[in-house]
Amino acid sequence: MSESSPLISCKGLWKLFGDNPEAYLESKKASGIPDFESLQADGYIPAVRDVSLDIAEGEMLVIMGLSGSGKSTLVRCLSRLIESTAGSIDVAGQDLRALDEKGLIELRRNKMGMVFQNFALLPNRTVLDNVIYPLEMRGQDKHTRRERALEVIKLVGLSGREDYFPRELSGGQQQRVGIARSLAIEPDIWFLDEPFSALDPLIRREMQDEFLRLQDMLGKTIVFITHDFDEALRLADRIAIMKDGVVEQVDTPDKIVLQPQTPYVARFTEDIERSRVVHASFLKEEISGAVPEGEALPASSTIHSLSRRLVDDVREVYPLVDDAGEICGQMRRAAALDVMLGSSSTPDSTT
Amino acid sequence: MSKVVAPGSELKSAGKLNIGLLLIALAILLVVLKPYLPEFLIRLPALLVVPFADAINFLFFFIKDDLGFIHVTRAIAGGVESLLDVTANLLYGKRRWPRIGPIPWTTIALTAGCIGYALGGWRLALLGVGTFCWAALMGQWKWTMETMSVIVVAVPVAVLIGLLLGVAAWRSTRFEKVISPLLNVAQSLPHFAYMIPVVVFIGVGPKSGAIVTIIFAVPPMVRMTLLGLRKVPPEVVESGQMCGSTKWQLLRNVRIPTARTEILVGVNQVIMQSLAMVVLASFIGMPGLGQKLLQLLQSLKIGRSIEIGITIVLLAIMLDRFSKAWAHRQPTHHERGTSWITRHKLFLIWVLLVAATLLLSTVFPLAAEIGRRQAFTLSKEFDAIVDWGLTFIDPVTLSIRAFLITQVLVPMRDAYLWLPFSAVITLFAGIGWYIGGRKSALICVAYVALIALSGWWDRAMITAYMVSAAVVLSALIGLPLGTWASRKASRAERVLLVCDTMQTFPSFIYLIPVIMLFGVNDVAAIAAVIVFGCVPMTRYTIEGLRGVPENLIEASDMSGANRWQKLRTVSFPMAVPTIMVGLNQTVMFSLFMVIIAAFIGTQDLGQEMQRALSSTDVGKGLVLGLCVAFMGLMVDHLITRWGSERQKLLGLSQ
Repeated sequence: MSESSPLISCKGLWKLFGDNPEAYLESKKASGIPDFESLQADGYIPAVRDVSLDIAEGEMLVIMGLSGSGKSTLVRCLSRLIESTAGSIDVAGQDLRALDEKGLIELRRNKMGMVFQNFALLPNRTVLDNVIYPLEMRGQDKHTRRERALEVIKLVGLSGREDYFPRELSGGQQQRVGIARSLAIEPDIWFLDEPFSALDPLIRREMQDEFLRLQDMLGKTIVFITHDFDEALRLADRIAIMKDGVVEQVDTPDKIVLQPQTPYVARFTEDIERSRVVHASFLKEEISGAVPEGEALPASSTIHSLSRRLVDDVREVYPLVDDAGEICGQMRRAAALDVMLGSSSTPDSTT
Repeated sequence: MSKVVAPGSELKSAGKLNIGLLLIALAILLVVLKPYLPEFLIRLPALLVVPFADAINFLFFFIKDDLGFIHVTRAIAGGVESLLDVTANLLYGKRRWPRIGPIPWTTIALTAGCIGYALGGWRLALLGVGTFCWAALMGQWKWTMETMSVIVVAVPVAVLIGLLLGVAAWRSTRFEKVISPLLNVAQSLPHFAYMIPVVVFIGVGPKSGAIVTIIFAVPPMVRMTLLGLRKVPPEVVESGQMCGSTKWQLLRNVRIPTARTEILVGVNQVIMQSLAMVVLASFIGMPGLGQKLLQLLQSLKIGRSIEIGITIVLLAIMLDRFSKAWAHRQPTHHERGTSWITRHKLFLIWVLLVAATLLLSTVFPLAAEIGRRQAFTLSKEFDAIVDWGLTFIDPVTLSIRAFLITQVLVPMRDAYLWLPFSAVITLFAGIGWYIGGRKSALICVAYVALIALSGWWDRAMITAYMVSAAVVLSALIGLPLGTWASRKASRAERVLLVCDTMQTFPSFIYLIPVIMLFGVNDVAAIAAVIVFGCVPMTRYTIEGLRGVPENLIEASDMSGANRWQKLRTVSFPMAVPTIMVGLNQTVMFSLFMVIIAAFIGTQDLGQEMQRALSSTDVGKGLVLGLCVAFMGLMVDHLITRWGSERQKLLGLSQ
């Protein structure tokens, strides 16, 4: 992931709501970065503060935070639905903030797709016409846009509902239309703003599975917003945790859970069942000397899925194999049990 | 519940109340001391009366003649007239291009039926067919079509203008700031105030009727367009942006379709305003149902006026229900593989029906046109019923009339006229200060002072007396009625439906029953205003009381409150802001109605306005209209201000 240059890269990104925030921020920058309270005291609402992020091609970054943490504002800055106050955003080699309106529209017509929390479908258009809409904007001819729309509708499993109107569909189905619409132009970058938050828990789960299936197939670069930590852990390659407009930590789910860097992140991860998040590969060590004996464990499994084996099989060290079946390292049983049962060095396990 | 209040604000609000009460006390003192007051505090000296009317006349004639604006308006009128000629030819066979009319009444009735069916099923279909059958069978076809021909032209034009202005106001805040107060004044100017300038610029006849209708119907369209565009969820707009829409594509494909319902509600309001105005435009020579009704009422032919009244009412209900059904219609899809014929079944049926009726009317002339001689009439029966009824009611109405005139209205009018104008100004300054602080006080003083400066003080006081009498009586009827109706959901629904329907009637209609009952005098005028004003009062009382949150009712039930305690301590306090909206509308409606009722003989601003209309005195007409508007705007300001404070206090809104 790290070799290719990032597809989206933002540096020192700010978004303040208030009166002439550019000049205000410029005047403040001389005396260091202003903190949340002093910004509020000056009558500004700091939504995004000094955020720097790199998102690699094909990566799924989940931005996680409670409501009001600035995650939605951040994704709107990245898609330039709102103008940022300061900082730079680089998308596919273009300076996003310097684009004129024509360039921006061109970028959205060809490279970006977005899914919205409340579906944001056009109520007067059928499913088919909603999905056709971005293609229509692009000026594609009638025949090919219809073909393409039918194709994506099939992809999201809504075949047969093409002539329905949004209000005739369930929430889950409506969001499928939203997903189909955002995929119609075959975007490189896919923004999803809390796409499943408005759905029932069961439907949400189903949609997450569906989403993972699509992502396996399509391999888009994804910025996914959620306030649901479980959802973030389930889907993400990397998670960015936001609080008061600041990104507190950006890391893989394993690291977020096992090595939280701020007290806020630690509080979040407290109640998480770690074994479901941490993968064997995360506990992988270099093999020093001989390969450990016995049956190897798959490195891509979570500790939770290996738990029965870990309990039954009392070897001290297990060899690990990667997806191709090659030995790639080893894992100590004690480390895995620590993840499952809580670390033996933490006070609560000594009592 | 504790409220965080900045330390200064409590002091300030206490000061606000004190100054307000002080001013009110001063006003009372001025009234008490009237015999000792110098003359200039009782009535504004004639010297100080500003000749607004002359100034306006000067300005109007300058614009019209010296700037040559008359040519512009003539050109516009010419355009409207050519449109009117087309509809006139089609609907009642005026000899103009395209010379194919008149369309047989059977065709029109069945077309209305098909439209009704498409919009709302059998009931609306029946309403459409029934309305036009009634008009045709009663021999009112030509008048109905004269009225319709103007509506058919005025509504699209008004909708288009309103839509454009609404979009402009939405795009530019500066334009909105300019247009918003203008809309406020425009919507509180009485109908007649619009007519006089139109007569000056365009003359009398159908085209002025159409133009005054267009002007009158535009403001609600602007407002609803603006409201609809503002209400489009930001996410939907963002989704449009992310699909790569340009600004224009966003407006055309995303914003306007998503604001569809509000925009169509605007269309509904345009249609209803147009109908109300078209009927009244008979005062400036607009032929049609209104003119006929005016003539019949003036000659006190009750039976025939009832016939025409029924036609107007049916037309109003039909237009209202059709356009509302259109506004609230949700798109539905056909199942896959439905054949073209089933998809367009209704359209095909309509084509067949049109062909059939056209054919039929060549064979049977009666299917094309029902002349006056073949027409039915129920006027004799209506007259008989009315006369029979009146013999029973008359003793009652006579005594009511006598009591109201001698015991209530005349003393009230004398009292209003007796008041020194300085006391009235001080009183409203006090009320304004009490409710909204210095700014409101200044606004009130400005409105009252302008009325005094216009020189129409006495007339304005008569209007004020009629309106306040009517509003008080409306409240006395509407509040208990609304409270009673709100006790049961089904009853509330039924009463609301009646209110809704009554609100669609053109105001002119209300004069028929009151003239029937009370004859031509102040009581009849006030009765018309009361009937008209009761409707919003009842309606908003029901809505306010039904809107009280369920959990509050449950909480007071569990506290052991009985029905009356519940009403007094929970429901009414919570419903008051909504009820005040109703009161506000009642005042507005009453002002409009009082001015219209002038034609059955009152001595207020309305009578002067009618004189100004017949002598086409623009300046006088506008000054009188603005006096009425100022009264309305002042009450509106006070009630809105009070209501929003109250809502803030109850935590009902931000």
